[in-house]
Amino acid sequence: METCTKVTKDWLNTMEYREKNFAREKLVINPAKACQPLGALLCSLGIEGCLPFVHGSQGCAAYFRSTLARHFREPVAAVSDSMTEDSAVFGGQNNFHEGLKNAYTVYKPQLIAVFTSCMAEVIGDDIKAYLGNAKKQGSIPKEFPVALANTPSFKGSHIMGYDSMLKGLIDCLGEPREEDKLNDRLYVVPGFDTYPSNLREYKRYLKSMGAPFTLIPDYSEVLDSPNLGTYELFPGGTPIQEMKESLNAKSYLCLQSYSTPATSKYLEGKGVPVETIPMPIGVGGTDRFIEAIAKFTGQDVPEEITRERGRAVDAMTDAHQYIHGKKFALFGDPDILIGIVSFLLEMGGEPVHIVCTNSTPAFKKAMEKLLASSPYGQGATLYPGKDLWHLRSLLVTEPVDMLIGDGHGKYAARDADIPLIRIGLPIYDRVNLHRYPIIGYNGVINLITMIANTFLEEKDRNSTDTYFELMR
Amino acid sequence: MRQIAIYGKGGIGKSTTTQNTVVALAEMGRKVTVVGCDPKADSTRLILNSKAQTTVMDLARERGTVEDLELEDVLVEGFLGIRCSESGGPEPGVGCAGRGVITAINFLEENGAYTADTDYVFYDVLGDVVCGGFAMPIRENKAKEIYIVTSGEMMAMYAANNISKGILKYALTGTVRLGGLICNSRVVDKEQELIEALAKALNTQMIHFMPRDNEVQRAEVRKQTVIQYNPSHPQADQYRELARKIENNTELTIPTPLSMDELEALMMEFGIMEM
Repeated sequence: METCTKVTKDWLNTMEYREKNFAREKLVINPAKACQPLGALLCSLGIEGCLPFVHGSQGCAAYFRSTLARHFREPVAAVSDSMTEDSAVFGGQNNFHEGLKNAYTVYKPQLIAVFTSCMAEVIGDDIKAYLGNAKKQGSIPKEFPVALANTPSFKGSHIMGYDSMLKGLIDCLGEPREEDKLNDRLYVVPGFDTYPSNLREYKRYLKSMGAPFTLIPDYSEVLDSPNLGTYELFPGGTPIQEMKESLNAKSYLCLQSYSTPATSKYLEGKGVPVETIPMPIGVGGTDRFIEAIAKFTGQDVPEEITRERGRAVDAMTDAHQYIHGKKFALFGDPDILIGIVSFLLEMGGEPVHIVCTNSTPAFKKAMEKLLASSPYGQGATLYPGKDLWHLRSLLVTEPVDMLIGDGHGKYAARDADIPLIRIGLPIYDRVNLHRYPIIGYNGVINLITMIANTFLEEKDRNSTDTYFELMR
Repeated sequence: MRQIAIYGKGGIGKSTTTQNTVVALAEMGRKVTVVGCDPKADSTRLILNSKAQTTVMDLARERGTVEDLELEDVLVEGFLGIRCSESGGPEPGVGCAGRGVITAINFLEENGAYTADTDYVFYDVLGDVVCGGFAMPIRENKAKEIYIVTSGEMMAMYAANNISKGILKYALTGTVRLGGLICNSRVVDKEQELIEALAKALNTQMIHFMPRDNEVQRAEVRKQTVIQYNPSHPQADQYRELARKIENNTELTIPTPLSMDELEALMMEFGIMEM
């Protein structure tokens, strides 16, 4: 029995198995993505006084809630209208109406954000019509805002759900764009970002550069709220008033390319100027972000930010020998991958395997262009649509020095006997990582700290006495 | 126990034919259960002599969940001890009627609706097999025998052919078989020959040609089957004959559905479609 297990185990690490694994078409094993409503939930948590509302089954709502609660180690508010078998047959309108009424009465939100789970989508529930009827029959007051998003889990991934919900929120709250009502603010869209500290950094940069701005959505206070002894159901977020003015923004700056395309298109359709730049990870990426703000304000970049950049460059120089020439495998969302790969290329790190389950043709093109732009990107292959079991085959047949991705990567990293640097969602098995930004110049320093120190720790732990040095 | 599913184009007379035939079987001393698998819930009114009964889904909605139902709430005895149940379902345009059929059939099975003394279970299924839910009656371990009600009208034949395609899919992976076509006459020219030819092409038989007779309507207006309303009428004997044929039927086949071209050629041969 034991021999048999060992034979199988060894065979799983062969090229022969890798080929069979990659020939697999009808089966997905550990996809590196979550479902649409999870993204919608994250997005809706970022609006002040907003109660997320799942139109669908209770178990789905529990899954999104627990995923976020475990990652952020914060309570996550969300309600569901608990559709059961009879609502699947008769449609979920009764649940929707009762649910809205209860949520409105019990939790007194300023706004409810409704998104759907699979069940409601499969039977084709018309949530827009249901909402109209709810208001007509008085389940909630006519003027009470309810944002809607259709988020079928069997299509797209969490980033698409984030996009749909953001569009729904702006569509629900935004007052029509009119020339004499335009405001002077830059609306900054972080995209699907699981680092409250990133959001705080964005705000810090915008403030220090004197740009009037609105971060939309902004869940930094919700998912990293201070413990002051009392529980707050609605600890903050993008103010409702600024949501109302969202279509009258001077312009929009989207900080991710693949998690807000529908929202961008919607905004452009309303005549709002939108600029999209890559997620500001790495010095180059952050420079583009700072330039975009400077272009908006028309002011020079303040001295303090220039000095901050200098410190990041200094950190890169100090640590480059620990990352230069090292081989990496990565998996995650398109925007994070573009960012982390840019950073690695800046450091002379060599990405080898890049797995993106929720890839798109546009992302593939962008990643290939990025890799082609650097001598360190030449040995890399992007595996669009592949899963973590594919990744495992890659790691054991073509070894690398480090894996970068969310906590789900720990099993493949263990099998390949390499360290995992945790970036993304979910991270259930380490603390505080979401409190350290990965964007901006400080993000550069944090990434270097995580990656270089992990290599050094490995080296120390694996050194024989002869090579166990004080200095590294 | 034989489980039988009746399919056919909407409005072709599935429910009427099923109920009249079931009554004939009961008259022969068979113990029969009828399960209506159509949100309209009109598969049992001629046996119960009343308007549509309380359906499984109606009651589930009223009580909150299907777990709160008891069998006797939704399984009612009608004429000659025939046991009747209706799945029920949503109004057109909302929800998922197919899921309703699944829920109802699961409920009946789990709660022992099909007692050991049952000779026949008849499923009377909504017009077209629009989704998986309406194929529930012919899944593994359910109906193994299907009859398609049709007529010489073109659309009824199209539907019969389409349903055969659905049956073929299940037949290849399971034990469900086609028992034959029941021609519910619409007094079309050469109707009997046409349906016999269609049956042959589909690798099955026309098990019975049911002539058109207004006595059926007269009985229906009184919420009765012909055998109950006028047992000595010749049309009652027609249903008795169909019942006997089903009882003795051994010709259970895997259908061979036609391509559109073949079906149209067949219709042209019998002069339904002009060149």
